Amino acid sequence: MITGRFFAAGADRRIAITIFILLAVAIIVPLLNLAVPPTSAFYVPSYVVALTGKYLCYALLALALDLVWGYCGILSLGHGAFFALGGYAMGMYLMRQIGSRGVYGNPLLPDFMVFLNYGELPWFWYGFDQFWFAAIMVLAVPGLLAFVFGWFAFRSRVTGVYLSIITQAMTYALLLAFFRNDMGFGGNNGLTDFKDILGYNVQADATRSALFAASAVTLALAVFVTWAIVGSKYGKLLMAVRDAESRTRFLGWRAENVKLFAFTVSAVMAGIAGALYVPQVGIINPGEFEPSNSIEVVVWAAVGGRGTIVGPIIGALMVNAGKSWFTGVLPAFWLFALGGLFVAVTLFLPKGIVGMWDSWRDNAKALRAASINEEFGTDPAVPPPPKIVRSAARTPGDWSASGPEPQPAE
Amino acid sequence: MSKSNTILYLDGVSVSFDGFRAINNLSLVLDKGEMRAIIGPNGAGKTTMMDIVTGKTRPDAGEVYFDGQVDLTKHDEAEIAMMGIGRKFQKPTVFESHTIEDNLMLALKGPRSIFPALFHRRSAAEARQIDDILGLIRLGDKRDELAAILSHGQKQWLEIGMLLAQDPKLLLVDEPVAGMTDAETEETARLLKDIARDHSVIVVEHDMHFVRELGVKVTCLHEGSVLSEGSLDFVSADERVVEVYLGR
Repeated sequence: MITGRFFAAGADRRIAITIFILLAVAIIVPLLNLAVPPTSAFYVPSYVVALTGKYLCYALLALALDLVWGYCGILSLGHGAFFALGGYAMGMYLMRQIGSRGVYGNPLLPDFMVFLNYGELPWFWYGFDQFWFAAIMVLAVPGLLAFVFGWFAFRSRVTGVYLSIITQAMTYALLLAFFRNDMGFGGNNGLTDFKDILGYNVQADATRSALFAASAVTLALAVFVTWAIVGSKYGKLLMAVRDAESRTRFLGWRAENVKLFAFTVSAVMAGIAGALYVPQVGIINPGEFEPSNSIEVVVWAAVGGRGTIVGPIIGALMVNAGKSWFTGVLPAFWLFALGGLFVAVTLFLPKGIVGMWDSWRDNAKALRAASINEEFGTDPAVPPPPKIVRSAARTPGDWSASGPEPQPAE
Repeated sequence: MSKSNTILYLDGVSVSFDGFRAINNLSLVLDKGEMRAIIGPNGAGKTTMMDIVTGKTRPDAGEVYFDGQVDLTKHDEAEIAMMGIGRKFQKPTVFESHTIEDNLMLALKGPRSIFPALFHRRSAAEARQIDDILGLIRLGDKRDELAAILSHGQKQWLEIGMLLAQDPKLLLVDEPVAGMTDAETEETARLLKDIARDHSVIVVEHDMHFVRELGVKVTCLHEGSVLSEGSLDFVSADERVVEVYLGR
C-alpha cells in the first residue's frame, strides 16, 4: 500500500527522480568503468568509482541524520559512532577473510592480535567469519546502542543542547575505548589490509564497481524508506513532536517512543553506510569516532537542507566533492573553508540549498501569477475570499503567520 | 465527601517548588457533566492545578481522583490523556507545520503506538469525525491549510477541536479567549456550552464577561487554595475576592 502511494499520480516527483538517478548511476558508472576501454572519453577511472562510492556512503549517513534532526529535531552530534560501529562490524568480517594470508600467516588470528600476543580469538570475534553474521551485526550493533542510549535519554526527557552534548560524549567515549589496544579491535591502527569480500578481491575493479552499485542502490532504498516513514501518520507525528512535544504528550502519544523509533532506524541506516564505506576505503580505525566527523555530517545536512530528503544527499555530495578538490589545491585551508561554509549557510541559507530552491521557485510562481493578473487586469490566480463565518472584527494582518516555526509549549 | 459520581476529586493537594507553595491544601470537586469556571489572580495556582491533574506535576500531598476511582498521581501525561482528560494550553499549541486536517488526525482517538501509526490509513469513519469537528470549530474551508497561517483565535479553536477529537470525558481549558475579539469570545462561549452538554469541563479564565456568558459555578483560587465558590454574583460579591483582585 505504501508502494501504491509511491506510484500514485502526484507522488513526490523529486523523490522518484532521485531514486531513478541513483539506480541509473548504479548501472551506468560500473559499465563505464568496466566495459569501456581506458582510452575512451567515456571511461570512468577506478579511483573515481571508489571516491564517489565513498561519497554515496556519506550521503546515506547524512540522510540518516536528517531523519532525526530534520524531521524530529534531535540534533545528534554522535551519528559518526553508529557509522563507525557498522564499519567495524564489516571490518571484522574482512579481517577474518584474510585467513593465513596475513603477515604472520596465522590462520585464525588477525595480524594485530598476533603482534599483541593474543593467545586465542576473543569471544566477540566469533561468527565474523560468516558474512551473514557480520551483516546482522552491522544492523544490530548500532541499532542496539541507539535503542539503549535513546531509551534512557528520551525517557529522562533530555532534549536540545543537552542531548547533543551527550551524543557527542557517547562518540568520544567510544573513540577512547577503541583506541585502546586491549579492546581487541586493533587499537589506533584499526582494521586494514583487507583481501576478500564474499570471495572477491576488494582491490579488483569489478569488486569496486559492485560495491559502488551496492552503495547507490542502498541509498535509493534508504530514500524510499525515509520517504515512506516521513509520509506516514507516524512521520507526521514525528514532526509534531519536533514542533510541540508536550502537545503530543497531552494527546496521549508517548513522545519518547516516537523519538526512540526514529533514532534507532536512523542508527541502523548509519551502520549500513559505515559497512559499505569500509571495503571501499580499505580501512576502519578509531578516527571514525572523532566528534568532528559527526559534526561534519551535520554541516552536510545543513548545507543541503535539513527536513528535506534530497537535501542532505546533495549536501554530502557537494561538500565532499569540495573537500576533495580543496584538500588537493589548498590543503591547509580546508577546515577554514568548512567552518566558513557552515557560517555562511546558517546566515544566508538557513533552509539549505534545497530549501532555498523551493522558496525561490515559490516566489517565481507567485511573481508569474501576479504579472499575468496585471496583464489581464483580473485576479484569476487568487481564489475568491473564503466566506468568513466568524465575521466581525478579525483584524487582517494582525496575526499574519510567519511560516511554521517550532513553538515551545509550556 | 464521597468520590462516587465525581469526574474530578482533589482533596488536600499541596505542591511546592523550591519552598514556594504553589498549591496549598487545595480541595475541589467536579461532578460528572459539570462545567466549572476557575478564576483567580496571577500566581493563584490555576495552571499548576491543571499540571497536577494532567500528570505533568506530582503533588507532594493530597488525593487526586478521576472518575471516582482512578488515582491520577500514579499515572503520566500520556496515560492520563488516554483515560480521557484533554487539555488546552494557555498559549495555543497546535502543530504549525501540519495542515488543519492532519492536526485533527493526530489527535483523533485511536491506538497510540508506533507501528499502527506507521501503517495507518485513514478510514471513512475517521474522515467523517474530522469533518464533524471541522464544522464545529468553523475551520472547514481551511482544512488543507497549514495551521501556521491561522489567526490566534483560530488556533485556540483548532486546539479545542483537537481536544474534541480525543473524545475526552473531562476537558481542561486554559484561557480559551485570551487574545480574542469580542465576537470571537462570544462564539467561544457558545462552543464551550455546546461541548459541556456531553462533557465535563473546567475553564480557567480571567475575562469576567466570558465567565458570565458561560453562566456556571465559579471557583476563585488564591495562593494555591480555594478562596470562594458559588455563582459568579456570589463570588464577585465576596469581600475577600474583591480584596485579592484589587490588592487591598
